[in-house]
Amino acid sequence: MNTPKKWEKNWFEPLALSEKNSEVLAPQKGYWKDAWIRFKSNKGALIGLILIVLLLLIAFIGPLFNEHNYHSQNLTITNQESSGDHYLGTDSLGRDLWQRVWYGAKVSLLIAFIAAFLDVVIGVTFGGISGYFGGRVDAIMQRILEIMYSIPNLVIIILLMMYLEPGVLPIAVALSFTGWVPMARIVRAQILKLKTQEYVLAARTMGASHYRILFKHLIPNVMGPIIIAVTFSIPSAIFFEAFLSFIGLGLRPPSASLGILVSDGYRTLQLFPFQLFWPALVLCIIMLSFNLIGDGMRDALDPKMKK
Amino acid sequence: MKPILEVSDLHVSFRSQDTEVKAIRGVDFTVGEGEVVAFVGESGSGKSVTFQTVMRLIPQPPAKIDKGKVLYGGRDLTKLSEIEMQKIRGKEIAMIFQDPMTSLNPTIRIGNQISESLIKHQKLSAKEAKERAIELLKIVGIPSPSERVEQFPHQFSGGMRQRAMIAMALACSPKLLIADEPTTALDVTIQAQIIDLLKNLQTKTGSSIVFITHDLGVVAEIADRVAVMYAGKIVESGTLDEIFYNPQHPYTWGLLQSMPKLDQNRDQELASIPGSCPSLVNPPAGCPFTGRCPHAMKICQEEMPEVTKSSSSHQVACWLQHPNAPEVKSPIEPERRWVD
Amino acid sequence: MLRYTLKRFGLMLLTLFIIVTVTFFLVRMLPGTPLANEEKLPAEIREQILEQYGLKEPLSIQYVKFMGNLVQGDLGMSLSQNGRSVNELLSDRIGPSAFIGFQGIIFGLVVGLLLGIIAALRRGTWIDNVASATAVFGVSIPNFVLAGLLSYWIGVKFELLPPALWGGYEYTILPSLALSVYVIAQVSRYIRTEMVEVLEQDYIRTAKAKGLSWSKIITGHALRNAMIPAVTILGPLTVNILTGSLVVENIFGIPGIGNLFVDSIMVNDYTTVLGTTIFYSVLFLSVTFIVDVLYGVIDPRIRVSGAKE
Repeated sequence: MNTPKKWEKNWFEPLALSEKNSEVLAPQKGYWKDAWIRFKSNKGALIGLILIVLLLLIAFIGPLFNEHNYHSQNLTITNQESSGDHYLGTDSLGRDLWQRVWYGAKVSLLIAFIAAFLDVVIGVTFGGISGYFGGRVDAIMQRILEIMYSIPNLVIIILLMMYLEPGVLPIAVALSFTGWVPMARIVRAQILKLKTQEYVLAARTMGASHYRILFKHLIPNVMGPIIIAVTFSIPSAIFFEAFLSFIGLGLRPPSASLGILVSDGYRTLQLFPFQLFWPALVLCIIMLSFNLIGDGMRDALDPKMKK
Repeated sequence: MKPILEVSDLHVSFRSQDTEVKAIRGVDFTVGEGEVVAFVGESGSGKSVTFQTVMRLIPQPPAKIDKGKVLYGGRDLTKLSEIEMQKIRGKEIAMIFQDPMTSLNPTIRIGNQISESLIKHQKLSAKEAKERAIELLKIVGIPSPSERVEQFPHQFSGGMRQRAMIAMALACSPKLLIADEPTTALDVTIQAQIIDLLKNLQTKTGSSIVFITHDLGVVAEIADRVAVMYAGKIVESGTLDEIFYNPQHPYTWGLLQSMPKLDQNRDQELASIPGSCPSLVNPPAGCPFTGRCPHAMKICQEEMPEVTKSSSSHQVACWLQHPNAPEVKSPIEPERRWVD
Repeated sequence: MLRYTLKRFGLMLLTLFIIVTVTFFLVRMLPGTPLANEEKLPAEIREQILEQYGLKEPLSIQYVKFMGNLVQGDLGMSLSQNGRSVNELLSDRIGPSAFIGFQGIIFGLVVGLLLGIIAALRRGTWIDNVASATAVFGVSIPNFVLAGLLSYWIGVKFELLPPALWGGYEYTILPSLALSVYVIAQVSRYIRTEMVEVLEQDYIRTAKAKGLSWSKIITGHALRNAMIPAVTILGPLTVNILTGSLVVENIFGIPGIGNLFVDSIMVNDYTTVLGTTIFYSVLFLSVTFIVDVLYGVIDPRIRVSGAKE
């Protein structure tokens, strides 16, 4: 039974309000802080982030380590294996592969970032307007989206590339010609959901313009899905750039991208496999990192959205 | 009354990497043959977990039955193998769930969903099972059952879906029906129909029903006995009259007071119990209701109150029952007619 | 349902029309003549050839003629392969492409499904980890890199299978494998997610409460519901197989349509580029259309709401 002490009269005195252990609610964390904590706890995403940061560092600092550059040919030292002078060897024109790989990585990433940026600008504007205004505007824009979505993107990109002068910007433009469509679909769906919320109504009663409501109130609330979509559109752009180079529609020499290097590597695959291996490895690491980061972002920013 | 289900000292916890939630902390009760017992309490009080444990439907892990017995027909259900449990589920003990929208498989015809358990437990052929399914739909009051049997859940209204769920549960004439908030997701008028249906079926078949709800109005309609749960424990239990006319636990008082009354002055605010259930990660040593109890005493924080009996059927776990405790008058006016 | 199907069909035709029109004008308005590659051709012969292919007429007339022929299924004459029609070229080349494509997608679907299901049922175990690693590596390694690695290691180094070219069945294995990895990755990831979600649904608990066995719950309730939404990824997968076939056929030297397309781009054979583009578009649009309709048929929720629309 109980100890006698507890049966004493004073134990049955009422508790003052302050003495009660009332429930203390855990302090609410902000959306982004919370997302960062979730992102950090995802091992794969963290590895992806570290890999990409390392890779960027090397891409910028690495070329300073030897005296060569990406375009000087030296026909006396073609197809050399890696050495103290040429870390990754040389290609069939005697160009230093170390320099070329990092130059190519920067070009590939640049194209991907420009393409992703264009995707966001076009996709968010299109999707935002379509979802926000609804009605007839939305119906027409939806048709356009549906048609754009059902065109095989590789066909359009290839045709555009036959038309455009190959260069960083034209390639990025060609990639985002179809790349904005998924973004527009995501943004439209989110805006449709958000626009009926009270705070939009409140803003409207206070006389905010459509532009203001859409870009100051709605779009910021769609940032999560937008960021996720961007993270995935970067590896996809890198893939398509490499693909274009591979079928001969990419950048022109002496310029290089990872795709160009991989496709050059193929010509000498049987004899000098290292010329394919290094650019392919860097290409795969970039793709892998962005996909891992994308997965982590998806879990962190939008736990409900999994597909 | 002969008991059909006896649960004693049941402890269930949920474990994740670094936390352990003690969801059920020593629950004892019995359900008699042909009896309707209501389990009342707010969300998180452990009423659903208790019966999902009885049915062994809680996923293990993360859930773990730490202690206790669930006796049904002389067997301890916590000790049975999964295969043996499958012979009991649906056949001996059936369950209906809160949300008929999500509890039916959207891609399978209603008839086939009812037939499944008939084919499994009564070894009927597909054709016989379908005929029986039509009969069952008729019994639960679904018009033109022979057409309805071919339809998909989304073609049914909310109330009809819950009727279909009941038909599924009744398919093998179970001895015990566990209804987990079967009316919560429904419109008020439909709620009444479903309660009536359950009441009628219960009188016809004589099976026992456990009715889990947080709605005391529903309890008054259907229950013989009531158990009030709070933070993983039964804080008070008794017959319907005892709970409604002579409640002893301050939590029960709060629940009864928070029921809206017809003759209530409209300007008067609805009573509510301030605060929420304590976290069960580190459950308090004393009475879990202390933090929200208007009559809390020092001892309430220190020690869990013992169960005291005020009649053969009425049990309360509250320090106010102790002779040393100050006299506290029940705020529930006894002249009120709660039950007809 | 019928109205829905017809509506989708109409939209498909409209899309195809737009693609064909845009492609036609893009290709025809490309700088330089299509014969730029035939170097140092005497001016009169060049004129003669242009006349012969009807390239001297105004663009609008060419367009009308082209559309007229297209409706009858005629894609015109190839500019680079003397005297051969694009139809002939396509029908010559379709066999190898179709074979490695189908083999790749079917192998990918089977392996992806199995991997995804097992991963979902054995969540958190080593096989789940293997599946998620496969999924992320599979989408990260471009198929042209993979094709090269397979050709080099399995073909050249270990000589297990022919590294390239087209002969008997053994020549199809590596190309199909290179194409299927992406399919495996996508399908297994998708099915796993769907399956995990389905297993947490209330109706699975209901099925369990009925006393059904676990295997019955998986096959009768969970799998079916998890696979319905998976039908929708067939469209994107086809695109990937198409894209992949361009490079994979090139790397392995397979006489397929992908190779034809790439070669035609190189030699500015515009009629063939146009014809192949149309071929690809029809293929992709038909798959999307079939998937759309199929989805309506197998998901009872859509089946009914589609009819009401």
